[in-house]
Amino acid sequence: MSDGRRKSASRRRVDLFRELQEKLGFLYLAASVALVLLVAGAVYFFIFYQGILPFTRYRLSLVEFLSTTWSPLGSPPQYGALAFLYGSAVVTLGAALLATPLSLGAAIFVAEIAPRWGDRILTPVLEILVGIPSVVYGYIGMRLLVPFVRDHFGGIGYSLFTGILVLTVMILPTVTSVATDALRAVPTEIKHGSYALGATRWQTISRLSLRAALPGLLTAVIFGMARAFGEALAVQMVIGNAPRFPKSLLDPGATITSIITMSMGFAAEGTLEYYVLWTLAVILLLMSALSIFVVRLLGRRRVYA
Amino acid sequence: MSKRIAVLLLAVVFLFGAGLAGCGGQKTSQEPAKSNQTTGTTTPSQQEPKKDELSGSITAGGATALQPLVQAAAEAFMKKHPNVKITVQGGGSGTGLSKVIEGAFDIGNSDIFCEEKKELKEQGKCNDLVDHKVAVVVMAAVANKDAGVDNLTKQQLVDIFTGKITNWKDVGGKDLKITVIGRPEGSGTRATFKKYALGGQEEKAEMQTDSSGEIKEKIASTSGAIGYLATSYVKPEDTKIVALKIDGVAPTKENVVENKYTIWAYEHMYTKGQPTGVVKAFLDYIMTDPEVQGPGGIVEKQGYIPTKDMKVERDVEGKVTPKK
Repeated sequence: MSDGRRKSASRRRVDLFRELQEKLGFLYLAASVALVLLVAGAVYFFIFYQGILPFTRYRLSLVEFLSTTWSPLGSPPQYGALAFLYGSAVVTLGAALLATPLSLGAAIFVAEIAPRWGDRILTPVLEILVGIPSVVYGYIGMRLLVPFVRDHFGGIGYSLFTGILVLTVMILPTVTSVATDALRAVPTEIKHGSYALGATRWQTISRLSLRAALPGLLTAVIFGMARAFGEALAVQMVIGNAPRFPKSLLDPGATITSIITMSMGFAAEGTLEYYVLWTLAVILLLMSALSIFVVRLLGRRRVYA
Repeated sequence: MSKRIAVLLLAVVFLFGAGLAGCGGQKTSQEPAKSNQTTGTTTPSQQEPKKDELSGSITAGGATALQPLVQAAAEAFMKKHPNVKITVQGGGSGTGLSKVIEGAFDIGNSDIFCEEKKELKEQGKCNDLVDHKVAVVVMAAVANKDAGVDNLTKQQLVDIFTGKITNWKDVGGKDLKITVIGRPEGSGTRATFKKYALGGQEEKAEMQTDSSGEIKEKIASTSGAIGYLATSYVKPEDTKIVALKIDGVAPTKENVVENKYTIWAYEHMYTKGQPTGVVKAFLDYIMTDPEVQGPGGIVEKQGYIPTKDMKVERDVEGKVTPKK
């Protein structure tokens, strides 16, 4: 019952409590990480498991899957997905080709030429563009772009080209903001070095900043492409969704995403058609995995940004 | 400081756990709230003087075309029987059929006979389903007014949808390219149209979508477009589209009930085996009650024809017999 013993007892209690805190905290963090990994793993496993069935259980050949005839209810049923793969690839590349020069221009302007103005005006505008839901983009595309394309370019307005235009606007903000960050990360010292050697501002930007930030700029474009490839709703509203092989950019086409969204209601569970839709989902997953992989690879090559 | 953080973390963990438990336990927590009426306690119910013995929950889902009809009937039914809870989902005919087969839905809504889904038929999965034909839906070939056509022969219709005729001037209209708007394969509406309008031939569409509203909008905004829709979507105030007559026969109720106009289909509500209990009560209501099937009832309001008004019957094969 001496004073010292009581103190030590209370101290011991405090120590115990602290230890408990530490343990609980760690447990909570570990549980969160485990849950995230579990969910991600489960999603991957589930999609792959379902998506592989057409080839294993139903003996669908890869050659047939890569043909152009899509007719799930035909006799015999045919599951050629090439037209959608082509459609997805064309609109993604098209949007990247149109958006990249625009975004790069905007990014150089904000990062190198008018940082104050860019921060105050351009950045908020782009953030607003990011916030617009895709259904709104699709609706604007349907009401404004479709008649515009029909009257000025020909065709019926619903086309791959219209899809490219809508996607271009949608990925502009993504590409611009990532590219801006990449350019801003180029150290001022080397720019000063460039000026000291007598280079003009334009020479500095084109031969130094752009080169130094190249991995970051490529990352920006890939992010934009990944978004374009996975976008379903807005594209579906303006592209026409014909499961045929488009002859030109002004022809209606279809993308992987639009076919999945269109067919999912009809495919009865446990049928081949149902599993083929999962296979298409696997392709989308692989594409996004590939883009992440490429981004990481570029990240390794970075010197400044 | 760290004590506070620890307490916060703990709180988060507990909340998280409680939230998860809450999600799982919702059903059970809602049930007992109203079960006192069935146990014989004499709480007079507000809505009905009679004591209501019906209680339970029903899940119906599938064809989106049927969803509004079933939803409206469900709401009226739940007003009458406050202890019944009916959930109506969409998802498409294929979903409705497969979910009722596996027992996830009590009622599967479908635009087509189960036997028309080849794979389901071959696997014998349709055998234990019981069909309730709740209404008849009429489909019309609908064209943009600019074409200047309001009547086609059956052959012309087939030629247009299969791509043999590509200009409206070949069928007595203006010199205007025809744009065919179709639906994805697997759509119940497409199956019906193929069978009864195109004589079994496949359509060749330039555009596809399965939302009727979207198809209507696309026909209205694209000069020279043609597609097909349930007639409930074609309203008198639509000035840009026209529902075409086939061989001079308009898609009206009078023509459909005698099968003069042949492009129509049943809307099916399937149950696995004969329905019992609350599901049976609801199906009886939706199949026979004048509120639903009578003149000016829910079925007619939504632009369908009550099945009992039909003077003919049609089976899976499309064989038509006069109604007994």
